[in-house]
Amino acid sequence: MRLSVQAEAFDLGAESNAFAAHVAGAGAVVTFTGLVRDNGGSLAAMEIEHYPGMTEKAIAAIMDQAKARWSLVDALVIHRYGRLAGGEAIMMVATAAPHRADAFAAAEFLMDYLKSRAPFWKKELSADGATWVAAKGEDEAALNRW
Amino acid sequence: MIDVLYFAWVRERIGLPREKVQTDAATVADLIAELSAREERYALAFSDLAALRVALDQELSSFDAPLAGVREVAFFPPMTGG
Repeated sequence: MRLSVQAEAFDLGAESNAFAAHVAGAGAVVTFTGLVRDNGGSLAAMEIEHYPGMTEKAIAAIMDQAKARWSLVDALVIHRYGRLAGGEAIMMVATAAPHRADAFAAAEFLMDYLKSRAPFWKKELSADGATWVAAKGEDEAALNRW
Repeated sequence: MIDVLYFAWVRERIGLPREKVQTDAATVADLIAELSAREERYALAFSDLAALRVALDQELSSFDAPLAGVREVAFFPPMTGG
């Protein structure tokens, strides 16, 4: 399992290929990529702040939980911080499992937990100013299904 | 002496990312009361605890948690990762 918290952009294709190349025993690979929504063109940039140290620990703990719950051959989480433009990739998860049900479920679990349990905070910058993105009740509620 | 860290709008309201605090506070709630009594900007940042989360030594915790042995306390709004 690999996790990377980084400012730099990542190459979705290269990361996906590298991940899928080393998953002996897997019959399914699921990847998810989160992009910066440009809010109909009004977004100038997104700034993502995080808590160095806790971020890595929190993500590793979430990945350990996923590994304990599903039959995973491997998992990958990449999450960026810093200033991003609309359309840029913020993060990706990849999961590999013997069968697709586990790969899909683990990927959704990782996403639900990254949203509300990994210490990142997003700020949207537009011509009107800067706004911290508020956590949504539905994101917290999404954790209950696990 | 403990390190107190602030993130996102909590950091902006208080005006600094981290500071060392000399305190005998027994719990997180006691520490918040001490900080809030310092200055208006702290009182403002801590005015709505429902909008805040706390981590003790980089683990999510609660406001009634004891501070004994804790080296790092972080205050921040609900997380918005992913």
